[in-house]
Amino acid sequence: MILPKGKFDPKGQIVVKEYEAMLEAYSRAGGNLGALKSKEVGNLVIHKNKVLSANEAEGIKVETEETETGVNIYFLIEEGAKIKYPVHLCFGVLPEEGLQEITLRVEAQANSEIDVIAHCIFPNAVDVIHKMDADINIGDNAKFSYRETHYHGEFGGIKVIPKAKIRVGKKGIWESTFALIEGCVGMLDYDFEIFGEEKSNCELMVKVSGKKEDDISIVEKIHLDGKEARGLAKSRLVLNDNAKAVVRGETYGNAPLARGHVDCLEIVNGEGVIARAIPVVYVNDKQAKVTHEAAIGSIDKKQMQTLMARGLSEEEAVDVIVRGILK
Amino acid sequence: MLEIKSLKLTLNGKPVINDLSLEVKGGKIHGLLGVNGTGKTTLASLIMGISYPDEGNIIFEGHDITQCTISQRARMGITLAWQEPARFEGLSVGEYLKVSRNLSSSEIESYLWMVGLPPKEYLNRAVDVSLSGGERKRVELASVLAMKPKVAILDEPDSGIDVVSLPHIMNGIAQMSKQGSGVLLITHSEEAVGVANEVSIMCAGKIINSGQPQEMCQWFRDNCQTCVHIGEPDYKGV
Repeated sequence: MILPKGKFDPKGQIVVKEYEAMLEAYSRAGGNLGALKSKEVGNLVIHKNKVLSANEAEGIKVETEETETGVNIYFLIEEGAKIKYPVHLCFGVLPEEGLQEITLRVEAQANSEIDVIAHCIFPNAVDVIHKMDADINIGDNAKFSYRETHYHGEFGGIKVIPKAKIRVGKKGIWESTFALIEGCVGMLDYDFEIFGEEKSNCELMVKVSGKKEDDISIVEKIHLDGKEARGLAKSRLVLNDNAKAVVRGETYGNAPLARGHVDCLEIVNGEGVIARAIPVVYVNDKQAKVTHEAAIGSIDKKQMQTLMARGLSEEEAVDVIVRGILK
Repeated sequence: MLEIKSLKLTLNGKPVINDLSLEVKGGKIHGLLGVNGTGKTTLASLIMGISYPDEGNIIFEGHDITQCTISQRARMGITLAWQEPARFEGLSVGEYLKVSRNLSSSEIESYLWMVGLPPKEYLNRAVDVSLSGGERKRVELASVLAMKPKVAILDEPDSGIDVVSLPHIMNGIAQMSKQGSGVLLITHSEEAVGVANEVSIMCAGKIINSGQPQEMCQWFRDNCQTCVHIGEPDYKGV
């Protein structure tokens, strides 16, 4: 995933067109280039604080404002719009150093439906900070699916700080997956908080593979404020070498018949690993129910033996199990 | 093909496997019948290399494999289907069947059909908690079939299985012997050993009788069904 040497000078001045470099990095990271080039597909490509490409598909309005350190984005999905193709976002910092602060305001109006795929690309990071501050409103009966995948280099010199506050209207659906399984995490400070109204469905999923000296903090908070609201805060971490992680999954059942679940699994696969899980389940309505399960430990022995009994070596068995967990 | 010779294992001062000898032949099903707690699953673990005996030898195709690892034994052609198979998050049934060797889509489908699982419905299902106990056991058998082992140890493939799933399980076992695998079928069900060519009865870590399935089932009924024997076998005439 690391770009060929010579495309940047030591100060981080891009000597090829930024857009082409982003596309190349995006493609190397497994992104769908066709989606970024198609006029039918909504997309937004941002390198550091520059908007390189923005395409509004039918039913979507995007406004951007470049700041000194990043970009402010306003993203609107019009009432009743069912967006045919997933919208592709591509954020990145390609040089070794840089700061990118994304402020995202999302308004998914009532009865709209959208699938957003975000690629965040930092292949050469030695000293990079990527911050995202999102404020998201999902209207009544709207459905918003958000998948954010990070591609980092092997240097670990990156701080990723995604924060989001999400409000989901009546019968609305929010499903998000944050995946950071390529390259070194560096420092991750993930904090998503979601408020669900009546009959809403709120799902947060985080998948992270930590190694070397990675420092990972994950907070998933779900407030089930409406009657019959549903919530799932799920996390899957595999930690190697000296990686440290703390996962805080909190779910609050504040309304009748609200149902929530916190599910955390951390696989410890290194001598210097420190893993913590702090589930918080809170109910203040006698008809609400919130459950949790948290497991921290080495890879399951029986899973290992089962795969080894099919002829896999110990290392191959670990690889199959870990890939499954992070899939 | 697989010979167990005078195997002994003591745990916490108690003999769990007690001078046990047994043979599994290629293409034949050897039923191992015994009540709970007689050491059947421990024997399966010893054969697979999950644990090691204190004394005795496990000979496979003329080679002493007593000290071989699980992976080494599996690569020689021995495998085990657990009584309670492990669940795998994020691993599909199709991927699980391909773990031991590369298979074409049609081969995977044929193995699923052998255990009565329609591929369309199951190929992309995860081998996780979403599968029922019976479905998981059938997937396990399909995975053993897919490996084409020389010897398959099946630890109570019929336990906890409903009447609908059971014929599919038994068919899967029959298919194994048809494709030339020697099968050690561990069970405490007389019905299950009906497919066996030979049956041994195990008690207190020891083989106490061997013979034809019908004869052994009768012997099992007469001698073992009311027995809560723990310790040295002391059956009349044994």
